[in-house]
Amino acid sequence: MIEGARWRKWLWFYLPLGAFILALLFPFYWMVVTTVRPDGELYRPWNHPLYSPFWTSNPTFEHVKDLLQETLFNTWMLNTMFIALVATLISLFCGVIAGYALARLTFRWAGVLGTAIFVTYLVPQTLLFIPLAEIIRDYRIGDTPWALILTYPTFLIPFCTWLMMGYFKAIPRELEECARIDGAARWQAMVYIIFPIAVPGILSAGIFAFTLSWNEFIYALVFLSSPEQKTVPVGVTSELIRGDVFFWGSLMAGALIGSIPVAIVYSFFVEHYVAGMTGSVKG
Amino acid sequence: MATRGPISRALEREDTLAFWLLAPTLLILTLFIAYPFVRGVWLSLSNSTVGEPGHFIGLANFYKIFSDSIFRTAAYNTFVYTAITTVFKLALGLWLALLLNRHFRGKSWVRAFILLPFIIPTVLSTLAWKWMFDPTFSVFNWLFWKLHIINSRINWLGDPELAMGSIMMVNVWRGVPFYAISLLAGLQTINPDLHEAAAIDGANRFQRFWYVTWPLLLPVTMVVVLFSVIQTFADFQLVYVLTGGGPANATHLFATYAYQIGIGTGLLSEGAAISLAMFPALLLVVVFQLWYIRKVENR
Repeated sequence: MIEGARWRKWLWFYLPLGAFILALLFPFYWMVVTTVRPDGELYRPWNHPLYSPFWTSNPTFEHVKDLLQETLFNTWMLNTMFIALVATLISLFCGVIAGYALARLTFRWAGVLGTAIFVTYLVPQTLLFIPLAEIIRDYRIGDTPWALILTYPTFLIPFCTWLMMGYFKAIPRELEECARIDGAARWQAMVYIIFPIAVPGILSAGIFAFTLSWNEFIYALVFLSSPEQKTVPVGVTSELIRGDVFFWGSLMAGALIGSIPVAIVYSFFVEHYVAGMTGSVKG
Repeated sequence: MATRGPISRALEREDTLAFWLLAPTLLILTLFIAYPFVRGVWLSLSNSTVGEPGHFIGLANFYKIFSDSIFRTAAYNTFVYTAITTVFKLALGLWLALLLNRHFRGKSWVRAFILLPFIIPTVLSTLAWKWMFDPTFSVFNWLFWKLHIINSRINWLGDPELAMGSIMMVNVWRGVPFYAISLLAGLQTINPDLHEAAAIDGANRFQRFWYVTWPLLLPVTMVVVLFSVIQTFADFQLVYVLTGGGPANATHLFATYAYQIGIGTGLLSEGAAISLAMFPALLLVVVFQLWYIRKVENR
Protein backbone atom coordinates (compact mmCIF):
# COMPACT_ATOMS: atom_id res chain seq x y z
CA MET A 1 0.00 0.00 0.00
CA ILE A 2 1.22 3.45 -0.86
CA GLU A 3 1.71 5.88 2.01
CA GLY A 4 -1.34 8.11 2.36
CA ALA A 5 -3.62 5.84 0.37
CA ARG A 6 -6.04 5.82 3.26
CA TRP A 7 -6.71 9.54 3.42
CA ARG A 8 -6.73 9.64 -0.35
CA LYS A 9 -9.55 7.12 -0.34
CA TRP A 10 -11.39 9.22 2.21
CA LEU A 11 -10.95 12.38 0.18
CA TRP A 12 -11.86 10.98 -3.22
CA PHE A 13 -14.32 8.31 -2.26
CA TYR A 14 -16.00 8.38 1.15
CA LEU A 15 -16.30 12.15 1.37
CA PRO A 16 -18.04 12.70 -1.98
CA LEU A 17 -20.18 9.59 -1.56
CA GLY A 18 -21.21 10.74 1.91
CA ALA A 19 -22.06 14.20 0.57
CA PHE A 20 -24.22 12.66 -2.17
CA ILE A 21 -26.08 10.47 0.29
CA LEU A 22 -26.63 13.36 2.68
CA ALA A 23 -27.90 15.71 -0.02
CA LEU A 24 -30.17 13.11 -1.61
CA LEU A 25 -31.73 11.89 1.63
CA PHE A 26 -31.92 15.04 3.75
CA PRO A 27 -35.36 16.16 2.43
CA PHE A 28 -36.84 12.85 3.60
CA TYR A 29 -35.35 13.26 7.04
CA TRP A 30 -36.83 16.75 7.06
CA MET A 31 -40.27 15.34 6.22
CA VAL A 32 -40.05 12.94 9.16
CA VAL A 33 -38.90 15.58 11.63
CA THR A 34 -41.58 18.03 10.52
CA THR A 35 -44.27 15.38 10.78
CA VAL A 36 -43.59 14.68 14.46
CA ARG A 37 -42.73 18.23 15.54
CA PRO A 38 -45.38 20.14 17.53
CA ASP A 39 -46.70 23.36 15.97
CA GLY A 40 -45.16 25.54 18.67
CA GLU A 41 -41.70 24.40 17.65
CA LEU A 42 -42.47 24.21 13.95
CA TYR A 43 -43.23 27.88 13.53
CA ARG A 44 -40.09 29.35 14.99
CA PRO A 45 -38.28 31.63 12.52
CA TRP A 46 -34.90 30.54 11.24
CA ASN A 47 -33.03 33.09 13.40
CA HIS A 48 -34.93 32.29 16.59
CA PRO A 49 -32.48 31.29 19.36
CA LEU A 50 -34.44 28.11 20.10
CA TYR A 51 -34.62 26.94 16.45
CA SER A 52 -33.53 23.32 16.81
CA PRO A 53 -33.66 21.92 13.33
CA PHE A 54 -32.47 18.36 13.56
CA TRP A 55 -34.45 16.87 16.40
CA THR A 56 -37.44 17.52 18.58
CA SER A 57 -37.72 16.83 22.28
CA ASN A 58 -41.53 16.67 22.22
CA PRO A 59 -42.48 14.38 19.35
CA THR A 60 -46.18 14.35 18.60
CA PHE A 61 -48.55 12.40 16.38
CA GLU A 62 -50.99 15.32 16.30
CA HIS A 63 -50.35 16.03 12.60
CA VAL A 64 -50.77 12.42 11.55
CA LYS A 65 -54.02 12.24 13.53
CA ASP A 66 -55.28 15.45 11.94
CA LEU A 67 -54.40 14.14 8.51
CA LEU A 68 -56.17 10.81 8.95
CA GLN A 69 -59.21 12.11 10.84
CA GLU A 70 -59.84 15.62 9.58
CA THR A 71 -59.07 15.22 5.89
CA LEU A 72 -60.06 12.87 3.08
CA PHE A 73 -56.55 11.40 3.02
CA ASN A 74 -57.72 7.78 3.40
CA THR A 75 -60.09 8.23 0.47
CA TRP A 76 -57.28 9.65 -1.66
CA MET A 77 -55.08 6.69 -0.79
CA LEU A 78 -57.79 4.23 -1.83
CA ASN A 79 -58.51 6.19 -5.03
CA THR A 80 -54.86 6.25 -5.98
CA MET A 81 -54.43 2.56 -5.19
CA PHE A 82 -57.44 1.59 -7.30
CA ILE A 83 -56.48 3.81 -10.24
CA ALA A 84 -52.81 2.77 -10.18
CA LEU A 85 -53.65 -0.95 -9.98
CA VAL A 86 -56.25 -0.99 -12.76
CA ALA A 87 -54.19 1.25 -15.06
CA THR A 88 -51.17 -0.98 -14.47
CA LEU A 89 -53.10 -4.18 -15.22
CA ILE A 90 -54.56 -2.76 -18.44
CA SER A 91 -51.14 -1.51 -19.52
CA LEU A 92 -49.42 -4.79 -18.69
CA PHE A 93 -51.96 -6.77 -20.68
CA CYS A 94 -51.66 -4.50 -23.71
CA GLY A 95 -47.91 -4.02 -23.41
CA VAL A 96 -47.02 -7.71 -23.03
CA ILE A 97 -48.95 -8.88 -26.08
CA ALA A 98 -47.93 -5.88 -28.19
CA GLY A 99 -44.30 -6.33 -27.16
CA TYR A 100 -44.49 -9.99 -28.15
CA ALA A 101 -45.95 -9.16 -31.55
CA LEU A 102 -43.29 -6.56 -32.28
CA ALA A 103 -40.41 -8.68 -31.05
CA ARG A 104 -41.38 -12.05 -32.51
CA LEU A 105 -43.81 -11.89 -35.40
CA THR A 106 -43.08 -10.90 -38.96
CA PHE A 107 -45.78 -8.80 -40.55
CA ARG A 108 -46.13 -5.73 -42.69
CA TRP A 109 -45.75 -2.37 -40.90
CA ALA A 110 -43.91 -3.99 -37.98
CA GLY A 111 -41.12 -1.42 -38.16
CA VAL A 112 -43.44 1.55 -38.55
CA LEU A 113 -45.69 0.46 -35.67
CA GLY A 114 -42.71 -0.16 -33.40
CA THR A 115 -41.39 3.33 -34.10
CA ALA A 116 -44.85 4.87 -33.64
CA ILE A 117 -45.23 3.25 -30.21
CA PHE A 118 -41.75 4.39 -29.25
CA VAL A 119 -42.60 7.95 -30.26
CA THR A 120 -45.78 7.98 -28.14
CA TYR A 121 -43.57 6.83 -25.26
CA LEU A 122 -41.75 10.14 -25.59
CA VAL A 123 -44.90 12.31 -25.68
CA PRO A 124 -45.01 14.20 -22.37
CA GLN A 125 -48.35 14.51 -20.58
CA THR A 126 -48.12 18.29 -20.61
CA LEU A 127 -48.33 18.41 -24.40
CA LEU A 128 -51.90 17.11 -24.69
CA PHE A 129 -53.62 17.76 -21.36
CA ILE A 130 -55.88 20.57 -22.64
CA PRO A 131 -57.44 18.74 -25.63
CA LEU A 132 -57.59 15.59 -23.48
CA ALA A 133 -59.58 17.49 -20.86
CA GLU A 134 -62.08 18.36 -23.61
CA ILE A 135 -62.28 14.75 -24.76
CA ILE A 136 -62.72 13.49 -21.20
CA ARG A 137 -65.64 15.88 -20.89
CA ASP A 138 -67.15 14.73 -24.19
CA TYR A 139 -67.00 11.08 -23.08
CA ARG A 140 -68.59 12.18 -19.77
CA ILE A 141 -65.95 10.51 -17.62
CA GLY A 142 -64.60 13.72 -16.08
CA ASP A 143 -64.27 13.65 -12.28
CA THR A 144 -64.41 9.82 -12.19
CA PRO A 145 -61.52 7.36 -11.72
CA TRP A 146 -62.04 6.25 -15.34
CA ALA A 147 -60.69 9.56 -16.62
CA LEU A 148 -57.31 8.48 -15.24
CA ILE A 149 -57.61 4.71 -15.69
CA LEU A 150 -58.13 5.21 -19.42
CA THR A 151 -55.51 7.94 -19.93
CA TYR A 152 -52.64 6.59 -17.81
CA PRO A 153 -52.14 3.67 -20.22
CA THR A 154 -51.14 6.21 -22.88
CA PHE A 155 -47.78 6.61 -21.19
CA LEU A 156 -47.66 3.19 -19.49
CA ILE A 157 -48.38 0.95 -22.53
CA PRO A 158 -45.55 2.33 -24.70
CA PHE A 159 -43.18 1.88 -21.78
CA CYS A 160 -44.35 -1.70 -21.05
CA THR A 161 -44.25 -2.59 -24.75
CA TRP A 162 -40.73 -1.26 -25.13
CA LEU A 163 -39.48 -3.06 -22.04
CA MET A 164 -41.14 -6.37 -22.97
CA MET A 165 -39.75 -6.25 -26.52
CA GLY A 166 -36.29 -6.30 -25.00
CA TYR A 167 -37.17 -9.30 -22.84
CA PHE A 168 -38.81 -11.30 -25.61
CA LYS A 169 -35.91 -10.71 -27.99
CA ALA A 170 -33.57 -12.31 -25.44
CA ILE A 171 -35.61 -15.56 -25.26
CA PRO A 172 -34.34 -18.12 -27.79
CA ARG A 173 -36.74 -18.89 -30.64
CA GLU A 174 -36.00 -22.62 -30.37
CA LEU A 175 -38.23 -22.87 -27.29
CA GLU A 176 -41.27 -21.88 -29.31
CA GLU A 177 -40.27 -24.03 -32.25
CA CYS A 178 -40.03 -27.11 -30.00
CA ALA A 179 -43.51 -26.44 -28.63
CA ARG A 180 -44.85 -26.02 -32.15
CA ILE A 181 -43.34 -29.31 -33.24
CA ASP A 182 -45.02 -30.94 -30.24
CA GLY A 183 -48.32 -29.69 -31.63
CA ALA A 184 -48.95 -26.43 -29.79
CA ALA A 185 -50.76 -23.70 -31.68
CA ARG A 186 -48.97 -20.42 -32.38
CA TRP A 187 -50.79 -18.60 -29.59
CA GLN A 188 -50.39 -21.52 -27.18
CA ALA A 189 -46.64 -21.43 -27.62
CA MET A 190 -46.78 -17.74 -26.80
CA VAL A 191 -49.01 -18.00 -23.73
CA TYR A 192 -47.73 -21.24 -22.21
CA ILE A 193 -44.05 -21.23 -23.17
CA ILE A 194 -42.86 -17.67 -23.63
CA PHE A 195 -44.95 -15.64 -21.16
CA PRO A 196 -43.93 -17.73 -18.12
CA ILE A 197 -40.27 -17.21 -19.00
CA ALA A 198 -40.86 -13.48 -19.27
CA VAL A 199 -42.32 -13.17 -15.75
CA PRO A 200 -39.34 -11.20 -14.38
CA GLY A 201 -39.79 -8.70 -17.20
CA ILE A 202 -43.53 -8.49 -16.61
CA LEU A 203 -42.87 -7.88 -12.92
CA SER A 204 -40.38 -5.09 -13.69
CA ALA A 205 -42.79 -3.44 -16.10
CA GLY A 206 -45.66 -3.75 -13.61
CA ILE A 207 -43.74 -2.27 -10.70
CA PHE A 208 -42.47 0.59 -12.75
CA ALA A 209 -45.92 1.27 -14.20
CA PHE A 210 -47.45 1.22 -10.72
CA THR A 211 -45.01 3.83 -9.38
CA LEU A 212 -45.50 5.98 -12.49
CA SER A 213 -49.27 5.95 -11.98
CA TRP A 214 -48.90 6.76 -8.29
CA ASN A 215 -46.67 9.68 -9.28
CA GLU A 216 -48.81 11.15 -12.02
CA PHE A 217 -49.93 14.68 -11.34
CA ILE A 218 -51.15 16.88 -14.18
CA TYR A 219 -53.90 14.60 -15.55
CA ALA A 220 -55.17 13.99 -12.03
CA LEU A 221 -55.08 17.73 -11.35
CA VAL A 222 -56.99 18.67 -14.49
CA PHE A 223 -59.45 15.77 -14.90
CA LEU A 224 -60.67 15.49 -11.29
CA SER A 225 -62.40 18.25 -9.39
CA SER A 226 -64.30 16.99 -6.35
CA PRO A 227 -62.19 16.48 -3.21
CA GLU A 228 -63.43 12.93 -2.66
CA GLN A 229 -62.29 11.83 -6.16
CA LYS A 230 -58.72 13.08 -5.90
CA THR A 231 -55.49 11.10 -5.83
CA VAL A 232 -52.86 11.51 -3.11
CA PRO A 233 -50.52 13.95 -4.92
CA VAL A 234 -53.39 16.23 -5.96
CA GLY A 235 -55.31 15.93 -2.68
CA VAL A 236 -52.31 16.76 -0.54
CA THR A 237 -51.29 19.78 -2.63
CA SER A 238 -54.76 21.22 -3.10
CA GLU A 239 -56.77 20.36 -0.01
CA LEU A 240 -54.15 20.85 2.72
CA ILE A 241 -53.34 24.37 1.56
CA ARG A 242 -56.18 26.79 2.19
CA GLY A 243 -55.56 30.09 0.48
CA ASP A 244 -52.17 31.14 1.72
CA VAL A 245 -52.21 28.99 4.83
CA PHE A 246 -50.00 25.92 4.71
CA PHE A 247 -50.53 23.25 7.35
CA TRP A 248 -46.95 22.11 7.21
CA GLY A 249 -47.21 19.38 9.84
CA SER A 250 -50.09 17.64 8.09
CA LEU A 251 -48.63 18.38 4.67
CA MET A 252 -45.40 16.60 5.54
CA ALA A 253 -47.33 13.77 7.19
CA GLY A 254 -49.31 13.44 3.97
CA ALA A 255 -46.16 13.50 1.85
CA LEU A 256 -44.60 10.85 4.06
CA ILE A 257 -47.56 8.47 4.31
CA GLY A 258 -48.51 9.07 0.67
CA SER A 259 -45.07 7.83 -0.35
CA ILE A 260 -45.21 4.64 1.72
CA PRO A 261 -47.00 2.37 -0.80
CA VAL A 262 -44.47 3.25 -3.49
CA ALA A 263 -41.60 2.83 -1.04
CA ILE A 264 -42.87 -0.61 0.03
CA VAL A 265 -43.29 -1.84 -3.53
CA TYR A 266 -39.87 -0.46 -4.31
CA SER A 267 -38.13 -1.99 -1.29
CA PHE A 268 -39.45 -5.46 -2.08
CA PHE A 269 -38.48 -5.31 -5.72
CA VAL A 270 -35.43 -3.04 -5.91
CA GLU A 271 -33.73 -5.26 -8.43
CA HIS A 272 -36.79 -5.48 -10.66
CA TYR A 273 -37.32 -1.77 -10.38
CA VAL A 274 -33.76 -0.97 -11.38
CA ALA A 275 -34.02 -3.47 -14.23
CA GLY A 276 -37.21 -1.76 -15.41
CA MET A 277 -35.68 1.67 -15.19
CA THR A 278 -32.45 0.87 -16.94
CA GLY A 279 -34.26 -1.37 -19.43
CA SER A 280 -36.56 1.49 -20.31
CA VAL A 281 -33.68 3.63 -21.49
CA LYS A 282 -31.67 0.88 -23.10
CA GLY A 283 -34.57 -0.61 -25.02
CA MET B 1 -53.34 -33.86 -31.97
CA ALA B 2 -56.62 -32.17 -31.15
CA THR B 3 -58.54 -30.56 -33.99
CA ARG B 4 -58.39 -26.78 -34.02
CA GLY B 5 -61.25 -24.37 -34.37
CA PRO B 6 -61.37 -21.71 -37.08
CA ILE B 7 -60.10 -18.99 -34.69
CA SER B 8 -57.07 -21.00 -33.67
CA ARG B 9 -56.34 -21.72 -37.32
CA ALA B 10 -56.65 -18.05 -38.30
CA LEU B 11 -54.23 -17.17 -35.51
CA GLU B 12 -51.63 -19.48 -37.03
CA ARG B 13 -51.04 -16.75 -39.60
CA GLU B 14 -48.47 -14.38 -38.14
CA ASP B 15 -50.00 -11.19 -39.50
CA THR B 16 -53.47 -12.08 -38.19
CA LEU B 17 -52.08 -12.89 -34.77
CA ALA B 18 -50.00 -9.68 -34.79
CA PHE B 19 -53.07 -7.64 -35.66
CA TRP B 20 -55.04 -8.94 -32.68
CA LEU B 21 -52.11 -8.58 -30.30
CA LEU B 22 -51.57 -4.97 -31.30
CA ALA B 23 -55.22 -3.96 -31.57
CA PRO B 24 -55.84 -2.98 -27.91
CA THR B 25 -52.66 -0.88 -27.79
CA LEU B 26 -53.41 0.86 -31.06
CA LEU B 27 -57.00 1.52 -29.98
CA ILE B 28 -55.96 3.23 -26.74
CA LEU B 29 -53.13 5.19 -28.33
CA THR B 30 -55.38 6.37 -31.16
CA LEU B 31 -58.15 7.45 -28.82
CA PHE B 32 -55.98 9.17 -26.23
CA ILE B 33 -52.84 10.32 -28.09
CA ALA B 34 -53.47 10.66 -31.83
CA TYR B 35 -57.00 12.03 -31.56
CA PRO B 36 -56.13 14.54 -28.77
CA PHE B 37 -53.19 15.70 -30.85
CA VAL B 38 -55.43 16.45 -33.84
CA ARG B 39 -57.98 17.98 -31.52
CA GLY B 40 -55.25 20.10 -29.88
CA VAL B 41 -54.08 21.44 -33.25
CA TRP B 42 -57.66 22.29 -34.14
CA LEU B 43 -58.21 23.91 -30.73
CA SER B 44 -55.11 26.07 -31.10
CA LEU B 45 -56.41 27.35 -34.45
CA SER B 46 -59.83 28.27 -33.03
CA ASN B 47 -61.11 30.70 -30.44
CA SER B 48 -62.82 28.21 -28.07
CA THR B 49 -63.16 28.94 -24.41
CA VAL B 50 -64.68 26.70 -21.73
CA GLY B 51 -68.24 25.91 -22.82
CA GLU B 52 -67.90 27.81 -26.14
CA PRO B 53 -67.04 25.68 -29.18
CA GLY B 54 -65.55 28.61 -31.12
CA HIS B 55 -64.61 28.79 -34.80
CA PHE B 56 -61.51 28.74 -36.99
CA ILE B 57 -59.32 31.83 -36.61
CA GLY B 58 -56.09 30.68 -38.26
CA LEU B 59 -52.82 31.44 -36.51
CA ALA B 60 -54.23 34.30 -34.42
CA ASN B 61 -53.53 32.48 -31.13
CA PHE B 62 -49.93 31.95 -32.09
CA TYR B 63 -49.48 35.62 -33.07
CA LYS B 64 -51.00 36.55 -29.76
CA ILE B 65 -48.80 34.35 -27.60
CA PHE B 66 -45.61 35.25 -29.43
CA SER B 67 -46.21 38.90 -28.67
CA ASP B 68 -47.00 38.09 -25.04
CA SER B 69 -44.01 38.93 -22.84
CA ILE B 70 -44.92 36.32 -20.20
CA PHE B 71 -44.94 33.64 -22.90
CA ARG B 72 -41.52 34.76 -24.08
CA THR B 73 -40.19 34.63 -20.52
CA ALA B 74 -41.68 31.15 -20.15
CA ALA B 75 -40.03 30.01 -23.39
CA TYR B 76 -36.69 31.47 -22.36
CA ASN B 77 -37.00 29.92 -18.87
CA THR B 78 -37.77 26.50 -20.35
CA PHE B 79 -34.65 26.45 -22.51
CA VAL B 80 -32.39 27.75 -19.75
CA TYR B 81 -33.94 25.39 -17.20
CA THR B 82 -33.43 22.37 -19.49
CA ALA B 83 -29.88 23.28 -20.47
CA ILE B 84 -28.52 24.09 -17.02
CA THR B 85 -30.17 21.23 -15.13
CA THR B 86 -29.11 18.71 -17.80
CA VAL B 87 -25.45 19.72 -17.49
CA PHE B 88 -25.57 19.41 -13.70
CA LYS B 89 -27.53 16.16 -13.71
CA LEU B 90 -25.13 14.57 -16.18
CA ALA B 91 -21.97 15.72 -14.38
CA LEU B 92 -23.14 14.80 -10.89
CA GLY B 93 -24.88 11.63 -12.08
CA LEU B 94 -21.75 10.42 -13.81
CA TRP B 95 -19.64 11.20 -10.77
CA LEU B 96 -22.02 9.29 -8.51
CA ALA B 97 -22.13 6.38 -10.98
CA LEU B 98 -18.33 6.17 -10.98
CA LEU B 99 -18.31 6.17 -7.16
CA LEU B 100 -20.94 3.43 -7.06
CA ASN B 101 -19.06 1.36 -9.60
CA ARG B 102 -16.38 0.60 -6.99
CA HIS B 103 -16.55 -2.21 -4.49
CA PHE B 104 -17.43 -1.24 -0.94
CA ARG B 105 -19.44 -2.58 1.94
CA GLY B 106 -23.16 -1.79 1.97
CA LYS B 107 -23.15 -0.98 -1.74
CA SER B 108 -26.57 -2.45 -2.48
CA TRP B 109 -28.08 -0.48 0.42
CA VAL B 110 -26.55 2.75 -0.76
CA ARG B 111 -27.80 2.12 -4.27
CA ALA B 112 -31.32 1.38 -3.06
CA PHE B 113 -31.52 4.47 -0.85
CA ILE B 114 -30.02 6.79 -3.42
CA LEU B 115 -32.92 6.15 -5.80
CA LEU B 116 -35.48 7.45 -3.30
CA PRO B 117 -35.66 11.00 -4.73
CA PHE B 118 -36.56 9.45 -8.08
CA ILE B 119 -39.23 7.01 -6.87
CA ILE B 120 -41.04 9.10 -4.25
CA PRO B 121 -43.93 10.99 -5.90
CA THR B 122 -42.40 14.21 -7.21
CA VAL B 123 -45.10 16.49 -5.92
CA LEU B 124 -44.75 15.13 -2.40
CA SER B 125 -40.97 15.47 -2.19
CA THR B 126 -41.21 18.91 -3.81
CA LEU B 127 -43.50 19.95 -0.95
CA ALA B 128 -40.69 19.12 1.46
CA TRP B 129 -38.42 21.40 -0.58
CA LYS B 130 -41.00 24.16 -0.52
CA TRP B 131 -40.99 23.88 3.25
CA MET B 132 -37.18 23.95 3.35
CA PHE B 133 -37.28 27.08 1.15
CA ASP B 134 -39.89 28.79 3.36
CA PRO B 135 -39.02 32.49 3.71
CA THR B 136 -39.50 32.49 7.49
CA PHE B 137 -38.70 28.97 8.61
CA SER B 138 -36.07 27.87 6.10
CA VAL B 139 -33.55 25.38 7.45
CA PHE B 140 -31.06 26.53 4.80
CA ASN B 141 -31.21 30.07 6.15
CA TRP B 142 -30.58 28.71 9.63
CA LEU B 143 -27.60 26.71 8.40
CA PHE B 144 -25.99 29.56 6.44
CA TRP B 145 -26.64 31.92 9.33
CA LYS B 146 -24.96 29.55 11.77
CA LEU B 147 -22.02 29.22 9.38
CA HIS B 148 -21.82 33.04 9.31
CA ILE B 149 -22.40 33.17 5.57
CA ILE B 150 -25.53 35.32 5.74
CA ASN B 151 -26.95 37.94 8.08
CA SER B 152 -30.35 38.51 6.56
CA ARG B 153 -32.66 35.90 5.11
CA ILE B 154 -32.42 34.50 1.61
CA ASN B 155 -35.85 34.54 -0.01
CA TRP B 156 -35.37 31.34 -2.02
CA LEU B 157 -38.65 31.31 -3.90
CA GLY B 158 -39.89 34.88 -3.44
CA ASP B 159 -37.01 36.62 -5.15
CA PRO B 160 -37.48 36.51 -8.94
CA GLU B 161 -33.72 36.35 -9.51
CA LEU B 162 -33.29 33.39 -7.20
CA ALA B 163 -36.53 31.45 -7.67
CA MET B 164 -35.54 29.83 -10.97
CA GLY B 165 -32.23 28.73 -9.42
CA SER B 166 -34.05 27.15 -6.47
CA ILE B 167 -36.35 25.26 -8.83
CA MET B 168 -33.36 24.01 -10.82
CA MET B 169 -31.76 22.78 -7.63
CA VAL B 170 -34.79 20.59 -6.88
CA ASN B 171 -34.83 19.30 -10.45
CA VAL B 172 -31.17 18.32 -10.23
CA TRP B 173 -31.78 16.68 -6.85
CA ARG B 174 -34.55 14.57 -8.33
CA GLY B 175 -32.73 13.75 -11.57
CA VAL B 176 -29.25 12.80 -10.35
CA PRO B 177 -30.26 9.33 -9.04
CA PHE B 178 -31.84 8.44 -12.38
CA TYR B 179 -28.71 9.45 -14.27
CA ALA B 180 -26.46 7.72 -11.75
CA ILE B 181 -28.28 4.37 -11.74
CA SER B 182 -28.73 4.29 -15.53
CA LEU B 183 -25.09 5.20 -16.15
CA LEU B 184 -24.01 2.67 -13.52
CA ALA B 185 -25.85 -0.01 -15.50
CA GLY B 186 -23.91 1.17 -18.54
CA LEU B 187 -20.60 1.11 -16.66
CA GLN B 188 -21.19 -2.44 -15.52
CA THR B 189 -21.36 -3.67 -19.10
CA ILE B 190 -17.82 -2.42 -19.76
CA ASN B 191 -15.30 -5.24 -19.63
CA PRO B 192 -12.74 -4.55 -16.82
CA ASP B 193 -10.04 -6.22 -18.95
CA LEU B 194 -10.04 -3.15 -21.19
CA HIS B 195 -9.12 -1.00 -18.20
CA GLU B 196 -6.39 -3.39 -17.18
CA ALA B 197 -4.96 -3.43 -20.69
CA ALA B 198 -4.96 0.37 -20.81
CA ALA B 199 -3.31 0.52 -17.38
CA ILE B 200 -0.57 -1.87 -18.51
CA ASP B 201 -0.03 0.35 -21.54
CA GLY B 202 0.64 3.17 -19.10
CA ALA B 203 -2.65 5.10 -19.24
CA ASN B 204 -3.36 7.08 -16.08
CA ARG B 205 -6.74 7.30 -14.35
CA PHE B 206 -7.98 10.22 -16.41
CA GLN B 207 -6.78 8.73 -19.71
CA ARG B 208 -8.46 5.43 -18.89
CA PHE B 209 -11.71 7.25 -18.30
CA TRP B 210 -11.45 9.46 -21.38
CA TYR B 211 -10.25 6.88 -23.91
CA VAL B 212 -11.86 3.69 -22.60
CA THR B 213 -14.86 4.34 -20.36
CA TRP B 214 -16.37 7.43 -21.93
CA PRO B 215 -16.57 6.21 -25.58
CA LEU B 216 -18.13 2.92 -24.45
CA LEU B 217 -20.58 4.72 -22.16
CA LEU B 218 -21.60 7.28 -24.77
CA PRO B 219 -24.57 5.39 -26.30
CA VAL B 220 -26.22 4.88 -22.89
CA THR B 221 -25.42 8.45 -21.91
CA MET B 222 -27.02 9.85 -25.07
CA VAL B 223 -30.26 7.94 -24.55
CA VAL B 224 -30.45 8.92 -20.86
CA VAL B 225 -29.81 12.57 -21.70
CA LEU B 226 -32.39 12.67 -24.47
CA PHE B 227 -35.04 11.08 -22.25
CA SER B 228 -34.27 13.47 -19.48
CA VAL B 229 -34.25 16.50 -21.79
CA ILE B 230 -37.77 15.68 -22.96
CA GLN B 231 -39.03 15.25 -19.40
CA THR B 232 -37.33 18.42 -18.18
CA PHE B 233 -38.46 20.50 -21.13
CA ALA B 234 -42.07 19.51 -20.49
CA ASP B 235 -41.81 19.80 -16.70
CA PHE B 236 -44.79 21.04 -14.75
CA GLN B 237 -44.89 19.71 -11.20
CA LEU B 238 -41.86 21.44 -9.67
CA VAL B 239 -42.85 24.92 -10.79
CA TYR B 240 -46.53 24.34 -10.00
CA VAL B 241 -45.75 23.37 -6.41
CA LEU B 242 -42.80 25.64 -5.65
CA THR B 243 -43.84 28.97 -7.14
CA GLY B 244 -46.94 28.49 -9.29
CA GLY B 245 -45.08 30.51 -11.94
CA GLY B 246 -44.52 33.50 -9.64
CA PRO B 247 -43.23 35.82 -8.34
CA ALA B 248 -44.71 38.14 -10.98
CA ASN B 249 -44.80 35.33 -13.62
CA ALA B 250 -40.99 35.13 -13.55
CA THR B 251 -40.68 31.33 -13.27
CA HIS B 252 -43.22 29.98 -15.76
CA LEU B 253 -42.34 27.13 -18.09
CA PHE B 254 -44.36 26.28 -21.21
CA ALA B 255 -46.44 23.74 -19.33
CA THR B 256 -47.28 25.85 -16.28
CA TYR B 257 -48.17 28.86 -18.41
CA ALA B 258 -50.37 26.69 -20.63
CA TYR B 259 -52.09 25.44 -17.49
CA GLN B 260 -52.59 28.95 -16.12
CA ILE B 261 -54.06 30.26 -19.37
CA GLY B 262 -55.93 27.13 -20.53
CA ILE B 263 -57.30 25.77 -17.26
CA GLY B 264 -56.86 28.68 -14.83
CA THR B 265 -58.48 31.39 -16.94
CA GLY B 266 -60.39 29.05 -19.27
CA LEU B 267 -58.89 30.30 -22.54
CA LEU B 268 -58.69 26.75 -23.89
CA SER B 269 -57.50 27.54 -27.39
CA GLU B 270 -54.73 29.84 -26.23
CA GLY B 271 -53.62 27.30 -23.63
CA ALA B 272 -53.55 24.59 -26.29
CA ALA B 273 -51.43 26.85 -28.49
CA ILE B 274 -48.93 27.41 -25.66
CA SER B 275 -48.69 23.65 -25.05
CA LEU B 276 -48.21 22.96 -28.75
CA ALA B 277 -45.44 25.56 -28.92
CA MET B 278 -43.34 22.88 -27.17
CA PHE B 279 -43.91 20.51 -30.06
CA PRO B 280 -41.20 21.62 -32.56
CA ALA B 281 -38.43 21.38 -29.97
CA LEU B 282 -39.70 18.01 -28.71
CA LEU B 283 -39.97 16.71 -32.27
CA LEU B 284 -36.37 17.70 -32.95
CA VAL B 285 -35.17 15.77 -29.90
CA VAL B 286 -37.26 12.70 -30.79
CA VAL B 287 -36.05 12.66 -34.41
CA PHE B 288 -32.48 12.98 -33.25
CA GLN B 289 -32.99 10.18 -30.74
CA LEU B 290 -34.48 7.83 -33.37
CA TRP B 291 -31.63 8.63 -35.72
CA TYR B 292 -29.04 8.03 -33.03
CA ILE B 293 -30.54 4.70 -31.88
CA ARG B 294 -30.62 3.50 -35.47
CA LYS B 295 -27.03 4.54 -36.00
CA VAL B 296 -25.85 2.69 -32.89
CA GLU B 297 -27.86 -0.42 -33.78
CA ASN B 298 -26.40 -0.57 -37.28
CA ARG B 299 -22.85 -0.33 -36.09
